Amino acid sequence: MNLAWVLTLGALLFSIGIYGVIARRNAVLVLMSIELMLNAVNINLIAFGAYFGDQAAVGQIFALFVIAVAAAEVGIGLAIVLMIFRNRETVNLDEVDLLKW
Amino acid sequence: MVAALAAVQEHAEEVVATTGNWATEHAWLIPVLPLAAFFLILAFGKRLPRKGTEIGLAAVGASFVLSLFILIGDYVGGGGPVVERKVDWLPFGADLGLNLGMKIDGLVAVMFVVVTLVSLMVQIYSTAYMHGDKRYTWYYAALNLFTGSMLTLVIADNLIQLLIGWELVGICSYLLIGHWWEEHENSSAAIKAFVTTKTGDIPFLIGIFVIFAAARTFDITEIIHKVEAGDISHLTLTAGAILLFGGAIGKSAQFPLHVWLPDAMAGPTPVSALIHAATMVTAGVFLVARLFPVFEASPEALNEVALIGAFTMLIAALLAMVQDDIKRVLAYSTISQLAYMMAALGVGAGNAAIFHLFTHAFFKALLFLGAGSLIHAVHSNNMSDMGGLKRIMPTTYKTFMIGSLALAGIPPLAGFWSKDEILTEAYRFGTGTIDPHGTQIVALIVYIAGVLTAFLTAFYMSRAVHLTFEGKYRGQGHPHESPPAMTVPLVILAALSVVAGFAGIPGWQSGFGAWVGVGGETHVPSANLILILVSVAVAAGGIALGRRMYMPAPAREPLERMGFFYKLLQRKYYLDDFYWVAIVRPIRDVASRAMYWINQNVLDGLVNGSAAAARASAQGIYKYVDQKVIDGAVNGAGISTKRTGGLLKYLQGGDVQRYAAYLFAGVAIFAFLFTRFG
Repeated sequence: MNLAWVLTLGALLFSIGIYGVIARRNAVLVLMSIELMLNAVNINLIAFGAYFGDQAAVGQIFALFVIAVAAAEVGIGLAIVLMIFRNRETVNLDEVDLLKW
Repeated sequence: MVAALAAVQEHAEEVVATTGNWATEHAWLIPVLPLAAFFLILAFGKRLPRKGTEIGLAAVGASFVLSLFILIGDYVGGGGPVVERKVDWLPFGADLGLNLGMKIDGLVAVMFVVVTLVSLMVQIYSTAYMHGDKRYTWYYAALNLFTGSMLTLVIADNLIQLLIGWELVGICSYLLIGHWWEEHENSSAAIKAFVTTKTGDIPFLIGIFVIFAAARTFDITEIIHKVEAGDISHLTLTAGAILLFGGAIGKSAQFPLHVWLPDAMAGPTPVSALIHAATMVTAGVFLVARLFPVFEASPEALNEVALIGAFTMLIAALLAMVQDDIKRVLAYSTISQLAYMMAALGVGAGNAAIFHLFTHAFFKALLFLGAGSLIHAVHSNNMSDMGGLKRIMPTTYKTFMIGSLALAGIPPLAGFWSKDEILTEAYRFGTGTIDPHGTQIVALIVYIAGVLTAFLTAFYMSRAVHLTFEGKYRGQGHPHESPPAMTVPLVILAALSVVAGFAGIPGWQSGFGAWVGVGGETHVPSANLILILVSVAVAAGGIALGRRMYMPAPAREPLERMGFFYKLLQRKYYLDDFYWVAIVRPIRDVASRAMYWINQNVLDGLVNGSAAAARASAQGIYKYVDQKVIDGAVNGAGISTKRTGGLLKYLQGGDVQRYAAYLFAGVAIFAFLFTRFG
């Protein structure tokens, strides 16, 4: 298995995630795009772990941590989105610009 | 040479005790008590039933008792300890600094007794003499300040402390001479006394610094030690000693700075007795005695002391003959007797000088207080307003008589012994075989001047006594004897004037000289019968001449027949006129005017000009620099910040996705840069 293929997959996933984060209007889809980016990172971690013959499985353990943190992050993110929706009847990020100057 | 070495050896081996009895160890209390009394009297005096007198009497009385314990307990009989104690006062540097200290030896013990005893007598006397005075409390406060200052001077173990005491007694003298300052004459006498003594204090101060520069210490013991070890060059020592003597000339009213003392009689008479007869004026004598080894090491300085003494004793005794004011007679007599002490120091007879200081303090204080008693009764200082007071004021008469005879040098009264010791010593040095530095001729001059002065002294005292007590009363009103508060001190002092001389009776091995021990050498004076006969004959002759000339009080002053000489004496050798024309007037009229002109035109011009220039430049600075540059910079900083902020705020659009875009763009740029150049 070639490392380059796997890394290319990770880069593609990350780029799709960036696109989603920047271009999507829907806050839920933005959160999902962030998940994509995190998973791209996970793929990279595991790929490098396998490539370097990682006996202690540091890459995999790190990936598990990232998954756990991502779960927490998405929980908080969805909670915030829910609250915004309750208050403003919308999850369109263009309209959620409360923290401007 | 060998003998000198042996003497040094002997001196080095001599063991001197360094601890004394309780009173000697706590001698610092003696000056502290009157100084504390000064503040207490100032603070509470007016509210007390006796207006502060009780505090002063208690403090000085306690000091007197302590002094007596010190003198009798440790020093009478000789061989007393030298007690030195000190505390740091102003330390600066490792081996330098000012101390407050005490150095107690026989000399100091004697001075303690003299100062505290006379002060006590004067304070008792003043309760009656100053009764009803409007500044009574202040008077007592000043008396106590004076006593404390004088004791500070005496106790000092270093020159700076001595100088402090020295200047404080000067201030007290000024305050008390001018006690009745409402009369212009009194306040100008006070100023004259202050300025004249200050003239002597300038060389005194310089002398202290000269000694300090050579010895690197202010400590008297160390200075003497270095002088005796020969660590200081002869020239420096001579210069230092002569400069120090300048202070003694001013304080002890020696020629040419003696002019202040007669005018100082403007003060209350008890003050004259305390300050201007018994204690403060002896400070100069004390100073020379204290630093005697310094003077002894320089025969030139010692000769100067002796010659000034010899000259002053004669001119002052001549002046005393023609005075009508009884206090002025006594004032000139004081100058003359102080000159006796100076001359004695000058010929090397330090013990004799201090002995005379000791006896003179008693009989001169007695004479002044007696004169005060007369003035109190007659309400005039002039002897032409007195006369016939023998029967009216018997106690005053008897005590005054004792004082006069003691001053004239009639045996066995105190003045005889001390004066005779000075004359004997001067004669011994003048005719002896030891003559290392040409001091012999000086000692002979001192002896001759001393004998002449003894004659004049007997004459003017005889004149004063006869004009005052004999004949008929010539004044106004009905005089009466003074109250007991005044006569009791007179009696005590009269008793002392009789017995004090026996402390230094010739031939007594452990007599006064052994108690004091000025100059290391404790020479036991031996009586020389011929010299005694000469001085007694001279004194008796003076008294007899005075009696012959003034016994029926003459209508016209018989001394007027001396013509020009009388006029010269009346005008005080024109010395005051000379000072007036040569010093006071040029300073007042020429120098002051010139200074005023310079002040008005040059200094004021400079000051006004610089003020105007400062104003103009300040205006310019305000207008252009402050308003434009500084304010511009401050406002500009504010405005530019505001504008930049106004532009930058659009970055903070609240659109999270745009932030993310910036973030990823930044990351991309850095990634690109790293891969290209990193």
